[in-house]
This record gives sequence, structure tokens and C-alpha cells, in this order.
Amino acid sequence: MNDKQQKLTSVAELEKKRQGLNKQRSSDAPMIAVCCGTGCQAYGGKKIADAFKEEIEKHGLGGKVEVKTTGCHGFCERGLLVVIRPQNYFYQRVRLEDVPEIVSETVIGGKPIERLLYESLATGEKIASEEEVPFYKKQVRLVFGDNGYIDPYEIDDYIAVGGYSAFSKVLSGMTPEQVIDEVRKAGLRGRGGGGFPADIKWQSSREAHGEPKYIICNCDEGDPGAFMDRSLMEGNPHAILEGMMIGAYAVGSSIAYIYIRNEYPLAVKNAYRAIQQAKDYGLLGKNILGSGFDLEIKINRGGGAFVCGESTALMASIEGKVGEPRPKYIHTSHKGLYNKPTVLNNVETWANVPLIINKGADWYSKIGTENSKGTKIFSLVGKINHTGLVEVPMGITLREIVYEIGGGIPGDKKFKAVQTGGPSGGCIPENLLDLPVDFDELTNAGSMMGSGAMIVMDEENCMVDIARYFLEFLEDESCGKCVPCREGLRRMREILDDITQGRGEESHLEMLEEMSEVINDGALCGLGQTAPNPVMTTLKYFRDEYKAHIQDKKCPAGVCKSLITYHIIEEKCTGCKLCVNACSYGAIEFMGKKTPVVLHQSECTKCGACKEVCKLKAIEIR
Amino acid sequence: MSELSAVKETISPILDRYDRDKSNLIAILQDVQAEYNYLPREAIAEVSQALDIPLSQVFSVATFFRAFSLKPRGRHSVHVCLGTACHVRGAASILQQMEKEMNVCCGETTEDKKFTLEGVNCVGACALGPVVVVDGEYIGHVSVNKVKPLLENYD
Repeated sequence: MNDKQQKLTSVAELEKKRQGLNKQRSSDAPMIAVCCGTGCQAYGGKKIADAFKEEIEKHGLGGKVEVKTTGCHGFCERGLLVVIRPQNYFYQRVRLEDVPEIVSETVIGGKPIERLLYESLATGEKIASEEEVPFYKKQVRLVFGDNGYIDPYEIDDYIAVGGYSAFSKVLSGMTPEQVIDEVRKAGLRGRGGGGFPADIKWQSSREAHGEPKYIICNCDEGDPGAFMDRSLMEGNPHAILEGMMIGAYAVGSSIAYIYIRNEYPLAVKNAYRAIQQAKDYGLLGKNILGSGFDLEIKINRGGGAFVCGESTALMASIEGKVGEPRPKYIHTSHKGLYNKPTVLNNVETWANVPLIINKGADWYSKIGTENSKGTKIFSLVGKINHTGLVEVPMGITLREIVYEIGGGIPGDKKFKAVQTGGPSGGCIPENLLDLPVDFDELTNAGSMMGSGAMIVMDEENCMVDIARYFLEFLEDESCGKCVPCREGLRRMREILDDITQGRGEESHLEMLEEMSEVINDGALCGLGQTAPNPVMTTLKYFRDEYKAHIQDKKCPAGVCKSLITYHIIEEKCTGCKLCVNACSYGAIEFMGKKTPVVLHQSECTKCGACKEVCKLKAIEIR
Repeated sequence: MSELSAVKETISPILDRYDRDKSNLIAILQDVQAEYNYLPREAIAEVSQALDIPLSQVFSVATFFRAFSLKPRGRHSVHVCLGTACHVRGAASILQQMEKEMNVCCGETTEDKKFTLEGVNCVGACALGPVVVVDGEYIGHVSVNKVKPLLENYD
């Protein structure tokens, strides 16, 4: 930040500040936007941004061309991403050595560099502009879009693109009831998993007795494979703060918490910084913008427990206690944190709020399906060509997401399933790919929206192994308070161990179904109740695969180590020795040049190192 | 006793930073752990006394959350991501190879105190999967064959 910022004391001053910022900035000024999200940081991130700054100085363009370090642009598969504005040339897989050329050719010369452009998977055609890249073309980036334009470290960037205007609109002319009404008309449902209508929580907390009232932002994104909340918190923390401010005003709260996973150090850092800046600007604290409204936002770091994503466990953790859930006979909106009325929403939900206030409920509710409004950010990961974060309107089909945005499955493999909703969700098979994605449709299919992870699996993924994986995950993460979850999940995992290790029996499948029902009925919290979903959906849609494990003692996908063996295809093997060197267990014997190697099954641990290095595809799994 | 007073001296500013407020127990323990790389027995006792929380309760929090370790850790922390996206790309084999190379089980520290090997349920860098985080640095697209050369980078 520049000089010490004077506190803004009225809505008018905020607007004046915005006008001033926009006067200094022009939308067609040259800018190099360098993605510094966690994914791109692995490819150099800040180092590349610094190299750009140096190069710009070298050409005497300091002050004329801005180098902006932004949050995640979403297309993580192709990191590091650089966008040259105003032409919006989209460069992917940029490395340090490309920097001088980008500056001389594109920034100064105005021409795109072919080599760094995205190449269409279907036609091989090079695509220059960001909007035309298929990954972005079908997306509707209402919440996530600003990430590519602003530096999350600079509150001025957020204010310049219209930030905090929804908050000032609320302060200067809306009653709390009007705010809640607007959110109700917009049809905003919680993006954290359950899809509970936000306005009902807000209204019920507002009406509940007890002071103070609390607001919580849940950024304990424990759902494996989901990282949209992290990317929002890292890339645009002020949008989340603004949503929380509006929520606090509507509910009548003056203390709010952000609960962030400690595994997300950059998100923690950016959130601290954003809160400090908002304080310096007078957007947090006492008598905000002269309205008489007070709000303080504190940060709590999680301790690495999946169950703390559950609302009551999260609140216990904020109180400094062990993160165990409690029964919710009394809703947290009445008795939550410290037994006071509490509204808890997740990051993405809060980030939607300023949008609704700014553009209006009528506009917002036109997007999406009948009962699921707006957009949803999904993390598209696993066996997919375009791994990344995609924001799409509710109601889009899975097929559009996987094939049009995601670019399909790599290596000509066959699609098998997409897993949504994390450990609480389920696996959706190919024949349901035309399912419109919204809260209710996914639940009807036996899965759920969850926080929006979509893990794509191909023919080389074993569905029994996936079910086992989730059970092991949940067994490990179970807080241990209630018996159905603590004991039941362990028993189910043991059965799946048996099946994947060749000791499966026909009766096991029935037993799994029965136990699923009991856990579903009997567990204390939402995490336990939904824990059997991965097993139930794979049993429903992929029963044949279970049967192959039990009856034939075979793993058709070639994953379950007890049921597979590696073999050398003698006709293909030339004795190049690559696999011999790769095997750390001495299981492969070199028999001389141009002679096929010999694999000793007794030594083989089936780690797959040999198959990974073999260039001749001379090793197969049977 | 001198060890205890050294612990007191280290922990005192951390406690003050959080106004010795009970509800900040987890944050305090996180900062203590950042200081020592683990939670020494004396430190847990000191936190319990200073905050007037029963030792059993501090201990239950320290053992409930994955972030805390009651044993000293190695110079380098190696986290193998076991999230779903990494799992479908073969994370289990990476972990197995790590265990073989370090000669420890997941969750343990090597004898020479060089590495602590841990699994983590998703670090949210799924595009890089399978991903390993060493001392906070994200290393993407790890394969079974890359494990040994990767570990050789550290001393």
C-alpha cells in the first residue's frame, strides 16, 4: 500500500476514493497479469513476476507497463499463466526464460508468441485470446472472474473494480430486513455442501435472542480435491470480507470469524493482510463509514481435522476445544458459538453476497435452475485434460463440464465415473453424464454437490479401491464421538480390505448395504450420516466390478495390488535395462542385451516403477 | 528446573500475544509448535498452567488435531498429498516408495532426524498431482522413479 491511508468516514468518501483510483487507471493501459496462485507458484510465481518487472525496467517502461501479481486464474493444469492486457493474450506454461521474449515481442511489439499460446485439443489450432480458450469459453465467471485482474494484496485494486460498493449500498439505504429479503429472492443456497438457503439462517439468527451474535466464514476446506475456497481467499479476500460485512449488518452482528485451514498458508496470510487493510480504510472497526455499524473480523487457523468443516465442530474448535460435533436439536442460528446465535456460511457463499446486492435478486435468480440459483465453482481434477477451477451456471450438464470445459480424458482412455461431493458424495457413471448439475439433481443420483470437487476417473481407476479410499479417509478423520461412525466405518473398511485383497465373499455386499443404512440413520453429524455414500453409489452403479473382485479375484482396472501381477511382454522387450535400474527391489533380472528381462514375482511389490519407465509398453498388468 | 524456566521464557510472549485467553488455545499451541517444531511435554504443562486449563484437556486438543506432534520432528518435513485427485493419479505408490527410501512408516521421523514423513489429506494443488510438499515447497507431478532423486536434494 502507498502512504498511510486516512480512514474513510462516509460512503461518499469511499465513492470519491474509487473515482480517484479509476482516474489514475485506464482500462486499456498495458498490464502483465501473472498468476501467483499456489498451483502457479510451483512454477516460479513471484520469481517470474519479479523477472517481468526487471525486464520492463530494462526497456525503460517502468511506470508505463504494470506487472500485476494476481490470484489463481483457474487453469492450473497449464501453469504458469500470464495474461497480457488489454489484448488479453493468454500465455500458458510460461517459464522464467520466456520473460524477455514476452516483453520484447508482445508487450512492446504487440504480437502474440505462438509457442506459448493454448493449442486446441481437437483441431490443433492456436488460440490467442483468453476468452476464446475452450476452458474459459463456457464458464460464467461472476464470482471468480476478478481474480485475474486484481492483486489480492491491494485493497485499492478491489475498490477500483467496484469493490465494497455493495456494502456501501447496504449501509446507505437498505434495512437489514431488506438485505435478507434480497438474498431470499435471489435464492442463494449455501455452497459448502448442504445447500441450505442462506436467508433462512440469517433471518433465524436475526430473530434469535442472545447477544452478541456471531458471523463465521468457513474456510476449512477439508474436502479432498476441492480448492475453490482457497483460491478465492488467496485471490480475492476482500470479496469475502465484503460478503461477511453485509451478512453481519443483516443479522445484527459485530464480531465475525474466519476459520481457515492451516494447510493453506497463503490464504491465511492474504486474509490477515486484507483485514488489516480494511481496518486502515475504516471499513472494519467502529462506526464504519459513519453509519454507526461496528464490525470486527478475527482469524482462526484450523488444526488439520476434516470434521471441523462441520459447523458445530468448527465452533467448538474456535472456542479452543476439541473439534467434536454436537447434536443439532437446537440450530446453531439460535445457539452456536459460545451458545449465542451464529450464522456460518462458507467462503463461496459469502463471495456471492456482494454480487446479489449489487446486481439485484432479479438478475441473480435468472441464472441457474428452478431451485439452485447462480453459479457454482467446481474443481475439476483427476484424469482430465484441463485440471482447474471452473465456474459455471447451475444446471449445466456433467458432459459439458467434463468434455467441453475439461477437454476430456487424457491419453485416449475411457471415461469411467466422476466423483462429486468428496467423502460425503458419490460416483456418477457415464450413463448419467447428461445430468444437469444442481443441488437436487446430484442428491437424486445418490451423490451430492458438496463443496464442489469433481474427480474424474478413467478405466484405470478401480471403483472398489475408490470406495475403500474414502472409507479409510473417513475412518481416519472420524472424531470418534459416536459409535456408528467410529466403529461402523472401520468394519466397512475391513470388509473392503477383504474384497480388494482377494478374500471377498458374496455376502459382503449385502452386509455393506446394511451397514450403510445403519450409519446413515444413526450417526451424529452430517459427516457420519453421509459417509457411506461413496460405497452405496459404487455398489449401485459399479456392482460388476465388486463381483469381479469377489468371484474372479480380479481387479479389472489393475489397481488392487493383491489381485494383480506385472508381466513382461517378451515380444516387445529389448532388454534396454531401464526397468532393471528403476526397480528398487531387485525383482527384474537382466538377461543380456536384446534378450527380454525376467521378472521374479516373489520379489515384486507391484510399485509400478518399471511400467512407468518402459518406453516400449512391454510391461503389462494382468 | 532450568529447562522448565527456559520453556517458560519462550512461551510467555506467545501467551501474551493472545492475551492468555483460553479460547485461543489452538492458536497458542500452533505458535508453540512453530517455535519447537513439536510440542514438548514441559510446554504443554506450562500452557495448561498459564491458561488454567486442565492438563488433560490441553493434551486432548494436542492429540486430536493432526497439526500437532508430541514427538520431535526431522529437519525437513515431507508431506505426501493423499487427496482424491492425487490418489487417482497414484499417490499411494508414491507414499510406499517414500517409506522404502526413508526406511520409516508414514508419520515417523528418520533415525538421523533428517526427514519426517507425513500424509496429508489434500493440499489443494490438484493440478500438480501427485504432489509432495517439502518444507512448504510444492513439488508437482512426482512419480515413483522421481522419489529418490528428490530426497537427495536435501541434507
